[in-house]
Amino acid sequence: MAKHESNEAFFWMLFSAGGVVAAIFIPVHLFLFGLAFPLGWMQAPTYNNLMSLVRMPLVRIYLFVLCSLPLFHWAHRFRYTLYDGLKVKHLNEVIFVLCYGGAVVGTVVAAYLLWNIG
Amino acid sequence: MPAVKQPTMKSAPQYTEFHPRWYRPRVSVYWWMGEWHYLKFILRELSSVFVAVFVVETLMLISALRGGPEAYAHFQQSMRNPLVVVLNLVSFFFIVFHTITWFNLAPSAMPVRLGGRRLPDVLVAAPSYVAWLVISVFIGWLVLR
Repeated sequence: MAKHESNEAFFWMLFSAGGVVAAIFIPVHLFLFGLAFPLGWMQAPTYNNLMSLVRMPLVRIYLFVLCSLPLFHWAHRFRYTLYDGLKVKHLNEVIFVLCYGGAVVGTVVAAYLLWNIG
Repeated sequence: MPAVKQPTMKSAPQYTEFHPRWYRPRVSVYWWMGEWHYLKFILRELSSVFVAVFVVETLMLISALRGGPEAYAHFQQSMRNPLVVVLNLVSFFFIVFHTITWFNLAPSAMPVRLGGRRLPDVLVAAPSYVAWLVISVFIGWLVLR
C-alpha cells in the first residue's frame, strides 16, 4: 500500500490530464461517430476521406492521446468508485492491477493500431 | 551448565499500536442514494465507465480502417445496431455530464487571482467552454469536409 501511495501524485496527474482530454474531445467524437452518422443525421465520411486524415502523423498522435489518457482517467475514477461506492476495499491490489493494467493494454493496442496504419 | 536460550534480535519486534476503540458506524453500500450531492458524485464517477466504452469503440474504428473499406462498412453497420445506439446515447449524456462537472470544478481546484481579488468562478470556467466549442467545431469540420 505504501508503495502505491507514494505514486499517487503521478497517477493523479494522468487522471487529471485524461479528464481534460475526455471533457474537451470526446463529446464531438461520440456525437458524430456514435449518434449522427449511425442515425443518418449527417453524411458519414467515406473510407478514403477518413484514411487521408488518419495518414497524417499529427492526427495519429492525436488519436493515440485521445485513447490513452482517458483510459488512465477511467482507471483512477473506476478504482475509487469501487473503493468508495461499492466499498470493496479488501480487493485493493486486484482492482489496482486490473484498472491500470487495462489502461496500459489499451495504450499498447492504440500504439500498435496507429503505428503503421495506411 | 545448560545454555540458556537467549532471545534473538534478528527479527523486528512487533508493536501493537495503542488506540482507544474507534467509533465507526457501519455505512450502507447504498450510502449515495437519496441525497442529490452524493448521487451526483457517483454519477460523475460512473461517467468514467462510458469514457472507457468510447475508447473501445474508437479502437474498433481504427482497427476497421486498417482492415480496409469492407471492414469500415461493417463497423458502420454494427454502430447502427439499436442497442449500440442506445448505449452511445447514454454515454453521450454521461460524457457531457463529465465535461460540465469538470469545467465547473476548475475554479475551485485552481482559483485565479487578479489584482488581489479572486475572479468569479464563472469567469474562470468560461474559457473552458469556449475552447470546447471551438475545438468541437474544428474537429467536426475536419471530419465532415
